[in-house]
Amino acid sequence: MKNPRRRLLKTSQKKPEKLIDENDVRYDGRKLNEMRPMKIEVGILGNADGSAYIEQGKNKILAAVYGPREIHPKHQALPDRAALRCRYHMAPFSVQERKSPAPSRREQELSKVIRESLEPSIFTEYYPRTAIDLFIEVLQADGGTRCAGITVASLALADAGIPMRDLVSACAAGKVEGRLVMDLNDVEDKDGEADMPLAYMPNQNAITLLQMDGMLTGEEFEQVLNMALEGCKQVNQLQKEALKAKYVVAKEAETEKEEEGEKEEEA
Amino acid sequence: MPVFYERRQLVTPGDLLAENEYINGENTYKENGKVYATRVGLFISEDKRVYVVALKSFYVPMAGDTVIGKVLEVTLGGWVVDIRAPYLAMLRASDALERPFKPQKDDLPSLFDVGDIIIAKIVAYDRTRDPLLTVLERGLGKVTRGQIIEITPTKIPRVIGKQGSMIGVIKEETGCQITIGQNGRIIVSCKSPEDERLAIMAIRKIEQEAHTTGLTDRVTEMLRKGTGEKSKKEVVENVTKET
Amino acid sequence: MSSIMAAKVRQKRIAQLIARGKRLDGREPTEYREIQIESGFIERAEGSARVRLGKTEVLVGTKIEVGEPFLDTPNEGVLTVNAELVPLASPTFEPGPPDENSVELARVVDRGIRESKAIALEDLCVEPGKKVFIVFVDVYVLNHDGNLIDASALAAFAALMNTKMFNYEAKEGEIKIKPGYKPLPMRNYPVAVTFAKIGNKLIVDPWLEEEQVMDARLTLAVEKDGKICATQKGGYGYFTPQEIFEASKIAQQKSGELRKLVVKE
Repeated sequence: MKNPRRRLLKTSQKKPEKLIDENDVRYDGRKLNEMRPMKIEVGILGNADGSAYIEQGKNKILAAVYGPREIHPKHQALPDRAALRCRYHMAPFSVQERKSPAPSRREQELSKVIRESLEPSIFTEYYPRTAIDLFIEVLQADGGTRCAGITVASLALADAGIPMRDLVSACAAGKVEGRLVMDLNDVEDKDGEADMPLAYMPNQNAITLLQMDGMLTGEEFEQVLNMALEGCKQVNQLQKEALKAKYVVAKEAETEKEEEGEKEEEA
Repeated sequence: MPVFYERRQLVTPGDLLAENEYINGENTYKENGKVYATRVGLFISEDKRVYVVALKSFYVPMAGDTVIGKVLEVTLGGWVVDIRAPYLAMLRASDALERPFKPQKDDLPSLFDVGDIIIAKIVAYDRTRDPLLTVLERGLGKVTRGQIIEITPTKIPRVIGKQGSMIGVIKEETGCQITIGQNGRIIVSCKSPEDERLAIMAIRKIEQEAHTTGLTDRVTEMLRKGTGEKSKKEVVENVTKET
Repeated sequence: MSSIMAAKVRQKRIAQLIARGKRLDGREPTEYREIQIESGFIERAEGSARVRLGKTEVLVGTKIEVGEPFLDTPNEGVLTVNAELVPLASPTFEPGPPDENSVELARVVDRGIRESKAIALEDLCVEPGKKVFIVFVDVYVLNHDGNLIDASALAAFAALMNTKMFNYEAKEGEIKIKPGYKPLPMRNYPVAVTFAKIGNKLIVDPWLEEEQVMDARLTLAVEKDGKICATQKGGYGYFTPQEIFEASKIAQQKSGELRKLVVKE
């Protein structure tokens, strides 16, 4: 998304001449419908009730959850469900030119839309009058941070043991140099024709975040949306694997002991 | 046959577990005839019921539970207690004193002060208000000695074992006094620090391997080895003392 | 709790009617409330417009000043949109710094104008890299009765259309004002169309009580050739892909109708 408030240093980073070549290969080597490689880890912070970390291309994003817990200030309490509070924040060193630590209008808007993308997935009605506090910290940014943030926030919520309807998976698609592409990085977003971040709950076929800036015909709009959905489905698989990876070691220990025959009952 | 996972297979929130005639149990929900998991855990299906043994969750108060709490605040009429749940609990003076509460005479901090650990029972809890505690029963009250450890609440039944078998083994082998709170807190009080360390190690082992079989035997073995070493050490010390 | 919260009984009634394809105020699902646009309302502003959308009332004023361009666009003027949910507009608006709702409103209105390249920003350059015109669009919500986004976007669009800049001469980096005015160079005419999802139905231009019942909200901004230039989903619910495609088609059609209210063609 074009951020008019971002200023470039006089010695700005070198931009490639063409973002996509004649063979439909992007300047970072990816195919049009290829996502950046992702590495996801769950449960990496000691104090938070739930946490997760993602590296996607140059993006490095951390999410942590505290809750459900007592809500302060009290007037924010909801009588019939937990209040989900979300803070999306970028570290001052996360972008090319230092960003002031004070929350910008962009961070305010993103905090809101990210919260609205995750709330449908949580059974907030089970914990009235409490707060579920979600913190997303962007340590390094290279485009698509709100999608990566949602992806990792959903894992942090699952890691905290908060009951959910489904994981929320997010991915962006758009249009760059006339071609439809998946998962735009910062340069592609700034110089491209359109960027559409999307968040999705696969079970309910539910789109919980949808934004777009740029220009797309009605038909292109449909195609880009479908491409983003495809990306979300891929992200969903990676999220499940990351959640399970934490317990795979335990599972291996379990299959070893199965031979011992004695069955004890568990709760 | 509309069940999609095998027994004890790891599932994640949103995984479709079963369809149609199945009843959804713990850590699942049913929508449009389909049963989905709500937490990460192990899939179990029994008769027509499917549920998930959550690998991680937090304590939700239930009336009748014995819990171990930490006093956070002394108020005009009682105490605010942290019971490691989404809600803070209240202990009213009338549920702590055997006689009627006299604000001028009774000094609440002298009974329980901020930072004190107490064993209490949840008297009442519903969706509209915070859990209420009482200490007016045998075995309840302030904890004065021992170590307090915290484990995932879902593992507490495993620490107790079938009819108390697991916790019985630990108590026997270490000679420790162990109080278990349903909210995932355990107090271990022994005659010596080595015994305490051993008992805590056993509890941690149970937490790690809660979902495996043959655990009671392994824990017994570990404890026996531990106490065996201790008595060996004592013999060596006595021998060296004599010589 | 807010005093404007509709009673539960009324909320249920609204939802029931909508399930049958009807609305409490008698409108069709794709029908807008009565719209009144008054341009040039504030003389002191370079441009202004007051829009009444049903009982929702929004006033937008534009101001033009001279300033420095952004470093990555040294030859372009600057557009900046701000929105204020003035406390007198609703018992739920409190005085204080902009909250997330006013920030979102400003940024969505901004996106429609910016992405459609409605203002020819390159025509607002006085001295490349040093001096450009800054267009301030200030959205002032005067009464909140639902669908602030469409009312604000329409008012911003109308205000920009009657914005006048003074004639000037740039000499040695100094700006000399000459007599007369010229209109702000506008190239595109973006219009926002907002939907509410209630149950499984989509309705256009939700009024306040419908907003209180809705599951989620979807805004699409459409430019003069029918291309979609901004999209924003809001609220705690969700949309299926089919609902979004359905909404995009309706938005393209409705935007044409709304555009005619501002640009007489």
